[in-house]
Amino acid sequence: MSLEKLPNKTGFTLEPHAIRSITVLVKKELASYFNSPIAYILICAFACFANWLFFKPFFLVGEATLRDFFLFLPWLILALIPAITMRLWSEEKRLGTIELILTMPISDWQAVLAKYFSALIFVVVILLATINIPLTVSQLGRLDLGVVWAGYLGLFFLSAVFLAIGQFASSLTKNQIISFVVSLIICFLLYIASASFILTGLPTIAAKILLQLGLASRFTNAAKGVIDTRDIIYHLSLVFLFLWLNVRVLSNRKWK
Amino acid sequence: MISVENITKTFDQITALDGVSFCARPGEILGLLGPNGAGKTTTLKIMATFWQPDSGQVNLGNCDVIKYPQKAKQMIGYLPENVPLYDDMKVYEYLRFVAEMRNIAPDKILERIKKVSLETGLNKVIGQTIAQLSKGYKQRVGLAQAIIHDPDILILDEPTTGLDPNQIIEIRELIKNISQNKTIIFSSHILSEVSALCDRVVILDKGKVVAEGTPSELSAQLVKSLIFLEIGSSEENVFEKISAAGFKIAKDPAPGELGINIVIESNNVNDDKKKIAEIVLKNNWPIYSLETKSATLEDVFREITK
Repeated sequence: MSLEKLPNKTGFTLEPHAIRSITVLVKKELASYFNSPIAYILICAFACFANWLFFKPFFLVGEATLRDFFLFLPWLILALIPAITMRLWSEEKRLGTIELILTMPISDWQAVLAKYFSALIFVVVILLATINIPLTVSQLGRLDLGVVWAGYLGLFFLSAVFLAIGQFASSLTKNQIISFVVSLIICFLLYIASASFILTGLPTIAAKILLQLGLASRFTNAAKGVIDTRDIIYHLSLVFLFLWLNVRVLSNRKWK
Repeated sequence: MISVENITKTFDQITALDGVSFCARPGEILGLLGPNGAGKTTTLKIMATFWQPDSGQVNLGNCDVIKYPQKAKQMIGYLPENVPLYDDMKVYEYLRFVAEMRNIAPDKILERIKKVSLETGLNKVIGQTIAQLSKGYKQRVGLAQAIIHDPDILILDEPTTGLDPNQIIEIRELIKNISQNKTIIFSSHILSEVSALCDRVVILDKGKVVAEGTPSELSAQLVKSLIFLEIGSSEENVFEKISAAGFKIAKDPAPGELGINIVIESNNVNDDKKKIAEIVLKNNWPIYSLETKSATLEDVFREITK
């Protein structure tokens, strides 16, 4: 038996058909997003909100900066991502199609990754729908493009963590509303844990711990143009943790 | 050869399967029969790799399903009880998705879709959205996805549930047609279906195998046939004389339309019927009817699951 074909308890395999199965599932998931009007409504609504919230005070301030944009966008993402992820597993459970997916020659890890990547691609499309904002601002004044790139990268990593949390929450229940609320609560708590208004007044040790755990302070770094490798590793660790929990829930198959 | 060895499964302290063992020979249609909650679906879900048993083993040929689920998944076609369909997809798109997930070579996919849609009678609705299909057609789509990769083993969980009588007959015919060169394991609580389709039957009750054999073997072994005799009600010593000839009265006698009904157990219906007739003639009893009823799978089922 070749090394590539050795069975592997984690479900990670190097076989080419595994990559093909992930690709097929990603394609199917993306088709289900884009064949539905909900995807376009979400994209339009997100772009409209972002534009309105940004441009409303922009001309009053009269400064070519995206500081405010990166200040409110995480909150929009916080509301948006649970709405995207709530159906990922809940819907499969409700329809019974989870039995189809998990009895096909694809491991639980591969199925989880396929769902995750498709949602991530969808979120990238949504983030790209706001690209007109930096483009417009850059026409109006001297925009620091480094800060824009860092901000978008920060948004990408923040979204990646929220997606992993949302997908995990969706695996816990058949009910999409419960999935949405659970995901929203976890994302919200994790985000605000290191917000300055939370840390103020806390004992030093608690504040230090929350500063490390929370996502708000890390995103603030990115929004200022600072990309720290530790922040990237922390985000990726959270993504891995919640995807791993997602796999554990699927492997237990406790639902009926 | 498919073998299920001593599998157990517990859900929240409720034992769903308690040491279930049976086997299915290549090319055989094996029916899992049992009342609701007997453990049929749990057994099939374990065989299809969806659930893992708490203990025990399932082997598909040389492949241990629990140790090598990925390999086992390639060998199995599975139709769960609730047909798993994406309503927003067209039949063709759905079959293509399943074919791609099943790792069918890209140049063979179209050919396979054509073949299974012909086999399952889906060619007329291949371009329709699944949501628009009738329940019978949805069941056919479920069957088509289960056989698209031409698996050696087909696991069907209650494939005719919720269908009308015509659709049931169509799906049964379909299963018969696709059963060539495949081992089919299917569950049902419809006894006529199991009798009509299966080579062998495994009866489950309360998570245990309570009987196993061909439908006729089970009928012969487990429940005796019955002889119904109606004679004049004024006759004396009828029961003594029938019992003296070595027969067992199955039920308390009840008044019939013209006389009294006597139900007699029988191991050999033809011989016993003749003997009863001789007793009646010898005693000059007025006889109104003498009928026999062979034990059916339904009698077996009721006898061992009551």
